[in-house]
Amino acid sequence: METYQHPDARGYYGQFGGAYIPEMLHRNVEELAARYTEIMEDESFRKEFDALLKDYVGRPTPLFRAERLSAETGATVFLKREDLCHTGAHKINNTIGQILLAGRLGKKRIIAETGAGQHGVATATVCALKGLECIVYMGEKDIERQAPNVARMKMLGATVIPAVSGSKTLKDATNEAIRDWINNPSDTHYVIGSVVGPHPYPDMVARFQQVISYETKQQLKEITGNELPTHVIACVGGGSNAAGAFYHFLDEPSVQLVAVEAAGHGVHSGMSAATTQLGKTGILHGSKSLLMQTEDGQVIEPHSISAGLDYPGIGPLHAHLFSTGRGTFLNATDEEALAAGFHLAKTEGIIPALESAHALAALNKLELTPADTVVVCLSGRGDKDLATYMHAMNQ
Amino acid sequence: MSRIKELFSKKQQDVLNVYCTAGFPETDSTITVIKALQDAGADMVELGMPYSDPLADGPVIQASGLQALENGMTIALLFSQLKTLRQHIHLPVVLMGYMNPVLQYGFERFCADASACGVDGLILPDLPEYEFENEYSAIIKKYGLDFIFLVTPETSEARVRRLDDLSSGFLYAVSSSATTGKDKDFAAVEQYLARLKGMQLKNPVLVGFGIKDNQTFRSASRFANGGIIGTAYIKAIDGAADLSKATQTFIRGILEN
Repeated sequence: METYQHPDARGYYGQFGGAYIPEMLHRNVEELAARYTEIMEDESFRKEFDALLKDYVGRPTPLFRAERLSAETGATVFLKREDLCHTGAHKINNTIGQILLAGRLGKKRIIAETGAGQHGVATATVCALKGLECIVYMGEKDIERQAPNVARMKMLGATVIPAVSGSKTLKDATNEAIRDWINNPSDTHYVIGSVVGPHPYPDMVARFQQVISYETKQQLKEITGNELPTHVIACVGGGSNAAGAFYHFLDEPSVQLVAVEAAGHGVHSGMSAATTQLGKTGILHGSKSLLMQTEDGQVIEPHSISAGLDYPGIGPLHAHLFSTGRGTFLNATDEEALAAGFHLAKTEGIIPALESAHALAALNKLELTPADTVVVCLSGRGDKDLATYMHAMNQ
Repeated sequence: MSRIKELFSKKQQDVLNVYCTAGFPETDSTITVIKALQDAGADMVELGMPYSDPLADGPVIQASGLQALENGMTIALLFSQLKTLRQHIHLPVVLMGYMNPVLQYGFERFCADASACGVDGLILPDLPEYEFENEYSAIIKKYGLDFIFLVTPETSEARVRRLDDLSSGFLYAVSSSATTGKDKDFAAVEQYLARLKGMQLKNPVLVGFGIKDNQTFRSASRFANGGIIGTAYIKAIDGAADLSKATQTFIRGILEN
């Protein structure tokens, strides 16, 4: 059967994916590609992973029927509460998986990149739990604007190294992490935080995040008697929470998959991160996908109020969903996301991460009917964004 | 015979390939720098095309690329600069860069324009061999360009042989698994180079990464056909008042006996 779930043996989803890496990374990436499925399917691995998801992360996360939001939109709206995961976002599903896997590969040193700091915190957390050395690369500019998460990582025992190259944000932190891996080929595993990077990362991260839609299906069945919603909505930067939220619905054509990108000041404002609207096919961080770039092929620095969506590329799975039309790609501006964040706080008593607020903003952009069942992936909680929310309140 | 082949048919030892960044230090210093390298006694030039996200490069080469981009360097501008290349330069010139700008320019158009300017070969470190074989090698061949793969100490013997087989011109032996501009322990490097030498490869071997002075160049040349210097040279011309003089002094220092 043709499936959207997995790439082919070379890591391609349609025309997107692959492993465009320098030879210095070949052995590590090839070892990972050769072994990740076998390790992930191993029973002792599964047991350890599932137990940590349950007892440490707090899974399954609730599927919450948002009554007031439903009344407003006219459809039945459920929130998948990834914000209730330990460390406050879905990111930890993947860091637990990859760090357990790194252990099976005999790696003792863990490196990661982080933008807003959520993936960095999730990586530092699991490294503390497992007693592993943890180095997190973070753009110098992001270190300045995400001070609380930098403090959390340090408290958890991680070393935070500022990325001072290029534009000093997430893409540069990713470059520095890849360079570290090139320089430390034998003892180090690189925990990529999204469904980006060379094969097998996009597939591996999607498999660690698929638990989101796996639970959603079961919970929907229990609550409504039907395991299929009509819509699943998730925000997309690199796209890890969307990959997880869509995963078990990818091959269910009746389910509309809605990916929401960050439009920043507006898609055509020059200050945006809406990759599918602005990008062309290109290669960044080891995979071929859609990429915001100049005519000369230089990568453009994106903008979003949400640091987690502030990335010039998108995972190859999502590029494929976009180009085949399987996914519906919408976008929300900084302002719309802020408004959706404030609105959720007042109607449901939940302060969402600014990333997740983009997904919520899409509720107003869909034509919904009472027959619709909509699942919004609430990927993270808004504590980290309080300064931004407060700044907006004072405007 | 290709210029690279011709070079190695005349000279099997101490071949000095020097890396410079196109559009660095000034937008229009590309040809000046290549000419200075030729006059100073280099055997080959590896001309780097600046990219916003050069994964395999350390801070010095990154900074030179960023400067070049700020200078307004693009691939289109580079080819207009290289139009007169063969009026001044008889050395083999290979272009080094990352896949994304080349794809945006159009891969075939890129090869055609490079070839028309008299460029001899390409090094694209993030082009994997599977995609090379399936999509690109026929185009590269069509325009008479050599293509050079990298090998590292982590590359298995079978894979070294395969990459040697796919390469033409020479094989680029990265001295240790590292980004450019890192200091290397050369004793460990020598073991690896001796192993490569023992494999009797099809292509000549040039050693890059960590070659920075006379001693490391000699050491690389003992086990291979020569070396590639990048970071140390970029440092030498960065801020130099006279590019030719700085290049002369630098190359003399590398080649002195």
